[in-house]
Amino acid sequence: MLHIKGLHVSVDDTEILKGIDLIIKSGETHAIMGPNGSGKSTLGYALAGRDGYEVTRGEILFKDHDLIEMSPEDRAGAGIFLAFQYPVEIPGVPNTTFLKEALNSVRRYRGEEELDAMEFVKIVREKTKELGIPDDMLKRPVNVGFSGGEKKRNEVLQMAVLNPALAILDETDSGLDIDALKVVANGVNTLRSPERATLVITHYQRLLEHIVPDFVHVLAKGKIQCSGGKELALELEEKGYAEFAQAAE
Amino acid sequence: MVATPDTAAQVREMTDEKYKYGFVTDIEVETAPKGLNEDIVRFISKKKNEPSWLLDWRLKAYRHWLKMPEPAWQKPNFPAIDYQDSFYYSAPKSAADKPQSLDEVDPELLKTYEKLGIPLREQEMLAGVAVDAVFDSVSVATTFKSKLEEVGVIFCPISEAVQRCPDLVRQYLGSVVPYTDNKHACLNSAVFTDGSFVYIPKGVRCPMELSTYFRINAENTGQFERTLIIAADDSYVSYLEGCTAPMRDENQLHAAVVELVTLDNAEIKYSTVQNWYPGDENGKGGIFNFVTKRGACRGHNSKISWTQVETGSAVTWKYPSCILQGDNSVGEFFSIAITNNFQQADTGTKMIHLGRNTSSKIISKGISAGRSDQTYRGLVRMGPKAQDARNYTQCDSLLIGNQCGAHTVPYIESKNKKAIVEHEATTSKINEDQLFYLRQRGIDDESAIALVVNGFCREVLQQLPMEFAVEAQKLVSISLEGSVG
Amino acid sequence: MNSNTDTFLSDYEAVYPGLPGSGVKWLDSIRRCGMEEFRAQGLPTGRTEDWKYTRLRSLEDTIFRPATLEDGEVDVNQLPTLFSGDSMVPRIVFVNGCLKTEFSCMDNLPDGVTVDSLRGAMDRDPEWFASHLGQVGCIDGNPLVALNTAMMNSGAVVRVHKDTAVEKPIEMIFVAGLTNGPVAYYPRNLIVMDEGADATFIQHHTGLGGGPYFVNSVTEIEVSGNARLRHYSVQNENVEATHLASIHVRVGCDATYEAFCMSTGGRLSRNESFVRLEGSGGHCGLNGAYMMRGKEHCDNTTLIEHMVPYTSCREVFKGVLDDESRSVFQGKITVHKDAQKTDGRMLSKTLLLSDRAEIDTKPELEIYADDVKCAHGATTGQLNTEALFYLRSRGIPDALARSLLVESFIAEAIEEISHLDVRAAMTGLVASQSSNRRCLGIEISEKSEGYKFE
Repeated sequence: MLHIKGLHVSVDDTEILKGIDLIIKSGETHAIMGPNGSGKSTLGYALAGRDGYEVTRGEILFKDHDLIEMSPEDRAGAGIFLAFQYPVEIPGVPNTTFLKEALNSVRRYRGEEELDAMEFVKIVREKTKELGIPDDMLKRPVNVGFSGGEKKRNEVLQMAVLNPALAILDETDSGLDIDALKVVANGVNTLRSPERATLVITHYQRLLEHIVPDFVHVLAKGKIQCSGGKELALELEEKGYAEFAQAAE
Repeated sequence: MVATPDTAAQVREMTDEKYKYGFVTDIEVETAPKGLNEDIVRFISKKKNEPSWLLDWRLKAYRHWLKMPEPAWQKPNFPAIDYQDSFYYSAPKSAADKPQSLDEVDPELLKTYEKLGIPLREQEMLAGVAVDAVFDSVSVATTFKSKLEEVGVIFCPISEAVQRCPDLVRQYLGSVVPYTDNKHACLNSAVFTDGSFVYIPKGVRCPMELSTYFRINAENTGQFERTLIIAADDSYVSYLEGCTAPMRDENQLHAAVVELVTLDNAEIKYSTVQNWYPGDENGKGGIFNFVTKRGACRGHNSKISWTQVETGSAVTWKYPSCILQGDNSVGEFFSIAITNNFQQADTGTKMIHLGRNTSSKIISKGISAGRSDQTYRGLVRMGPKAQDARNYTQCDSLLIGNQCGAHTVPYIESKNKKAIVEHEATTSKINEDQLFYLRQRGIDDESAIALVVNGFCREVLQQLPMEFAVEAQKLVSISLEGSVG
Repeated sequence: MNSNTDTFLSDYEAVYPGLPGSGVKWLDSIRRCGMEEFRAQGLPTGRTEDWKYTRLRSLEDTIFRPATLEDGEVDVNQLPTLFSGDSMVPRIVFVNGCLKTEFSCMDNLPDGVTVDSLRGAMDRDPEWFASHLGQVGCIDGNPLVALNTAMMNSGAVVRVHKDTAVEKPIEMIFVAGLTNGPVAYYPRNLIVMDEGADATFIQHHTGLGGGPYFVNSVTEIEVSGNARLRHYSVQNENVEATHLASIHVRVGCDATYEAFCMSTGGRLSRNESFVRLEGSGGHCGLNGAYMMRGKEHCDNTTLIEHMVPYTSCREVFKGVLDDESRSVFQGKITVHKDAQKTDGRMLSKTLLLSDRAEIDTKPELEIYADDVKCAHGATTGQLNTEALFYLRSRGIPDALARSLLVESFIAEAIEEISHLDVRAAMTGLVASQSSNRRCLGIEISEKSEGYKFE
């Protein structure tokens, strides 16, 4: 599904990613772990196409399409979803309005019929029920005044509604207590399916206890230093990142 | 509650239409000769079959106008206006013999209104909005009159009111905006041709929203409508005003005057969606919109609330104001102004606190895009007798693109220690994080901007009656067309 | 041409020979230009938007003659200073526009700092002086700068050389009054901070006696790259004085200009500051406080122009008005095209203590660049009655409670002063003002510590 070849990414003329190779297939869950400043979030932004994250070398193929030339909204339409580490507040725009705009945009991209208000409400009701999200969260402006847990749940709700092929979770555990973390992780887990792949970006192993990955990659100094199964995460927890960072010297 | 905005698809459909309302209706018009002099003033007055006091007033205004300087303090630059190069009276011919019912109205005209989205025939069946449609200068059809008359509400063209209730007109006309007020209002006093008159009698809550659509059609026709609304003790009315004009290469002058008066415990809510032709992408053509709107809260506990969505006109010069005379009276000003391309807007309000315990609130949201230039100009004045008066002002500007300008010029004058004034203003760029977040969820960049801007304006959009809110949200999107990249 | 300009220029030919630099060609031509410009423009009137709220009636109803050397001989036995306990503070002193070397204390100026009078600067390094004078303060559209340029007769010329850092403040003291009839004097100051220089100056204007006089002061300031200037001023003219001061500043890359202006006197005072941030990383802090009584009128008008990307400014003005006093605050921040990433903030708050006092505020933003963050806030109101009640319920008498609240209100502006000694001295000044003692020039000796004649 996703094939990253020798990816170099610069921000403000500083090279952050220095040659990433990664293959993710449908149904797989990958975890990228790494110390602060290793370039984890940069990878997420580069995949989603944020301005200012300049790909200087390498390729990103997503379902055999070249992602690099695509706008962020086209990538979203193609099925890439980035759950933000810090979901953005948008004052004055009700959550439902935002969700409906997004869903219909993505549906248009996929050549599907747009949904009318009734159909849309039906889908969203279904998802909120499934994820245990209270209705009032839909009426409030996007993320404004949401607690850390609410923001992350809102990300999961959007993911459920937009039904992406590849979900990238950027530090989804940051700022959550253990109960909130479980709720969010359960949400993500219910969405796992053979048609979908998930890329979990995290600093800590604890999220991976709840969202169990098939593969773990350690990112340090802009490169994947080593890859392995879920046991690698535990090893990392024990030894810390220092060893891997040193290996990179 | 604000109506949910239409889907991006519909918005895009509209943006593809360029200036949707830019068509010209081909009907015969009866016009006065070009130019302005005392004879033209007399001609207009005669056409309207006016009493001599009104002609005298017009002539006094005209003579004063000759001596008045053009206002020079505003920010916009525009070529000097050649007042002799305009027609001051233009009436659809069929109006000479006024239509008694909609069936008698020129079908061309009715089609025009349909294109504007106000099919008169349907209006009666719809949500109960009475429309006094002004085509160029003369009102051609007024609906719901009978229903309003039952409760004693007078809603008619001001020229008709001059005949029907001359005493009311004489008592209030020019009492809020004297003809000496400013050059544009003075010109209007001399040559106004039509506009609406509303009188809400004591104790009456007007059973429906009153609405007027103004439209400038004939070439080189200045439009000088004059609106007067009086709300007697304990009454209430909500008045809606929408404006569009066809596309023309030349600049057209629009100098309107609106006067509102509220007596004890009365309330007037006045909403405007102004979408006059703004000129093309290169700044050619467009309306000069020089409007004087002012309300006097004469009675105790009375309230005047202005809400405006200003997206059109090449140059806007407009300060809907409140004179808070009555104790405990309330003034409000909610404004959205959007400028794009080469538009220039200098708009804001004046809140003049004279009575005790008066309060006012100003919420202004300005969005500048393209090469446009926009100024918020507002005055809050606390008089020596305005004990315990309060004002709160919030004034936010958003810039889209690095070719535009946004300026904030508030004047705060206080002569009362027990009066409290609070003013806050911010100016910033449209937030890139918000745009990226929306685009990551699949929303294209123009729709993303429209969403963020609609959110930015929400406090003001909420003030609009439902049917206007939907139109206003679409306008917000359309007006920002081409502002990306 | 305006008849009231004649009053000021009629004696010009008589006065000219006595002015600093008379006969020097370049200076002479600058003076002539100033005179022509002032003649052409006349005194500002209410027709000018910037003078909408301040009328120069005091200049219309009195004729001022230019101060002469004799006016400098009035009996001054005490000097106003923020540092009464410290006789080692370097200072330059002028009385009615005449340099008083006997009061000045220039011996202990740190290395790398030169302070001269206008006349002295002509002798020390005429070429340097010629290349800096009139470079920042523009006479076009500014008749009062033009008038000063024609008539400048005193003032300090300061240069802080490259990388010189001075912690101790340097005082520039101007004393006026006690003359035989109304006089006008025209200080012209020039402060040049070379690259990396860091210094603190205090400009002090005080009036003696009760008669009218007119001060038309212009200060030009250049803050070069990486330099920092802290420029504090105290305006405490007498109740009949007209004090019109304008400060023109140019701030370079990564340089900082920090100003605080305390106004407590004058029948009519106006402090204008025009700051241009011309280098990236430049910062300007423009702050002030005013405490007015009687029929005093105080005007603070500022313009901060962001010319290039990555500049910032912060402006805090606080005022307290009693009796029939009136104040005007006009603050404008302009962000020019391409001055992206500008961060500008302005705050103006005023307390009205009396029913007859009046405040007119006009905070203004003029913005032509999109990637900016600018905000302003303004409030007017009275003392917080709840706080007053709270203090009184704790046993504090009404008058004391009020002055405590006034001091706490002003404190927000005082806290912007980064020089701690100056901040403490200004706090003392506020306390003495708010504790309800009149502050006529002659009564200064009765004032609280920290603000005494030596």
